[in-house]
Amino acid sequence: VDSVALLIAATLNAGTVLAIAGLGLLINERAGIINLGAEGMMLVAAIAGFATAVHSGSDWAAFAAGMGAGALMAAAFGLLVIWLNTNQVATGLALSLFGAGFSAFVGIGYVQGKLGERPSFSVPLLADVPFIGPALFRQHPMVYIAVALTAATAWFLYRSRAGLVLRAVGESPESAHALGYPVRRIRLAAVMTGGALCGLAGAYLSVVYTPLWVEGMVAGKGWIALALTTFATWRPARVLLGAYVFGGVTMLQFHLQGQGVEVPSQFLSMLPYLATIVVLVLISRNAAWIKVNMPASLGKPFFPGG
Amino acid sequence: MLKLEARPQPSQLMSLASPLLALAFTVLIGVLLFMLLGKDPVRGLQVFFVEPVKNLYQISELSIKATPLILIALGLAVCFRANVWNIGAEGQFVVGALCAGWVAMQTGPGTAWLGKGIVFFVLLAGVAGGMLWAAIVALLRDKANANEILVSLMLVYVAEMLLSYLVYGPWKDPKGYNFPQTITFLADTRIPRLVPNLRAHIGIVIAAVAVGLFWLFLFRTYRGFALQVGGLAPAAARYAGFSSRSALWSALLISGGMAGLAGGLEVAGPLGQLTPYVPAGYGFAAIIVAYVGRLHPVGIIFSGLLMSMFYIGGELAQSRMGLPKSLTGVFQGLLLFTLLACDTLIHYRIRWQSRAALPKGA
Repeated sequence: VDSVALLIAATLNAGTVLAIAGLGLLINERAGIINLGAEGMMLVAAIAGFATAVHSGSDWAAFAAGMGAGALMAAAFGLLVIWLNTNQVATGLALSLFGAGFSAFVGIGYVQGKLGERPSFSVPLLADVPFIGPALFRQHPMVYIAVALTAATAWFLYRSRAGLVLRAVGESPESAHALGYPVRRIRLAAVMTGGALCGLAGAYLSVVYTPLWVEGMVAGKGWIALALTTFATWRPARVLLGAYVFGGVTMLQFHLQGQGVEVPSQFLSMLPYLATIVVLVLISRNAAWIKVNMPASLGKPFFPGG
Repeated sequence: MLKLEARPQPSQLMSLASPLLALAFTVLIGVLLFMLLGKDPVRGLQVFFVEPVKNLYQISELSIKATPLILIALGLAVCFRANVWNIGAEGQFVVGALCAGWVAMQTGPGTAWLGKGIVFFVLLAGVAGGMLWAAIVALLRDKANANEILVSLMLVYVAEMLLSYLVYGPWKDPKGYNFPQTITFLADTRIPRLVPNLRAHIGIVIAAVAVGLFWLFLFRTYRGFALQVGGLAPAAARYAGFSSRSALWSALLISGGMAGLAGGLEVAGPLGQLTPYVPAGYGFAAIIVAYVGRLHPVGIIFSGLLMSMFYIGGELAQSRMGLPKSLTGVFQGLLLFTLLACDTLIHYRIRWQSRAALPKGA
């Protein structure tokens, strides 16, 4: 029973990385912009966060650094796709390629880097409840923040006026522009929010989850987070749920290895990637369903008066 | 303030000037970066742009790196022109290398009668492997509408795991002191070198021939034309009766085959065995090569050579200036980023407009 509780705990922890990045990309895409640079932003944020944690000793400073790095990269992407009308797919790819190279470059001195003693967390009283305690209430605060963030995003999108405007910009930038909303600035804000949250996820990965820095350590999580927004048909709660499912797949792989299952480790490591493909295939089969839920202007440039 | 104004027609001049402008910006940022790191920028530029073409040995090394880049980029150019986003060439390259390596491992006394002819089968296996890996992407896109960007990219990780499994497991050289590597392939499976004592091989000649073939295919054949119409104007292509499914399959099979060929050439050329280090990032760098070369076969020659200079420059920067080799990736990414920004000038021109003349809320 204890190992099941630990597996649940590890699943929530692994899902948190994907959930935070996925929520950021969701906000981003709800404004009509698709940013394939998620992987690159997470990598740069991971090293920015790790380096900050090594030098300052503060995890929260590291998260802030990761968010800043992600937002900065997203801003560069946003300027190109929103004001210079560059192709969103190509520009996002460029961001991912640059992020991979840049993070490896600046991270070379941190490969052997060590963080101080990792603190353990527990919610008073609840952490001592048998089974539920170790499964749910001994997590890093970020795990709970991700849940709160999901609720906040849902409230923002569906209950707030600003969220309504954001969705309008994503559905029909022309109409939003005609109503006098600054479409491009709103899109930039959404893109930078997406970058900041991808950055937070990257920093959490290198500072809390792993915790170390290795070249290319994000290992496709940025791309899986991108796929998550489609799986979730652009709904916040489903992003969180999907993230936990994928966290579970990742953990299952370690769990099976630990149990001494006679499958080569490489095949187990393939699981998250294969699962992404399988879910993508299952979801995409119903093209009409995707189309109804997808922000109508996703990926299309908007150039007022152009 | 500055304002973008749409040009009546895309500028041909800017289309060619943009890569040069982007290179200039990248070099400028490079100089700043060197100064920031306290390194001599002149020395840095030398290492990247002079040393790689300084002598025959370096030019030979340059051609080894340019070969896979040009081959993969040619295939990607067809893909991107057809608006099919295959970004998993790296995985197709790895599977191509795996299949080519498998054929190379089967050679022995029984195949001696084939002589050097075995090279042909090694390369053929490479092409088949790359096509197979890309066919998965085409199939899932065709039958299930699954996004090709995500599927092709996920398959890169799967291919790398597969390679890792094989070289750590069933294909490991029993006499290899437990290193994760296959046996060294027989001499007959190695492609001929161009000049004795230099590593340059006939792959670069194959790449040059491929450039000609791709030019013919894209600009002189009906199929090549139909493919590009589908990319530029899907509605027009449908009206003309060009099948988008056939375009999807051809684009992916061609680009997968080219990436597989590049993988096969690596195995039969500089590598000579399979190790976990087969994936060298060529599949991703080739995306940049294709763009910088304007998705045009002739342009790809130049951008392929430029990008391999970045590779050699990065290695030299490591050995001579004590900088990390990953500098290559920084410059490659910067080049694509600045190129995309400069490409705006193809469709727009920059005009000065006083603030007072601006419509409100713009």
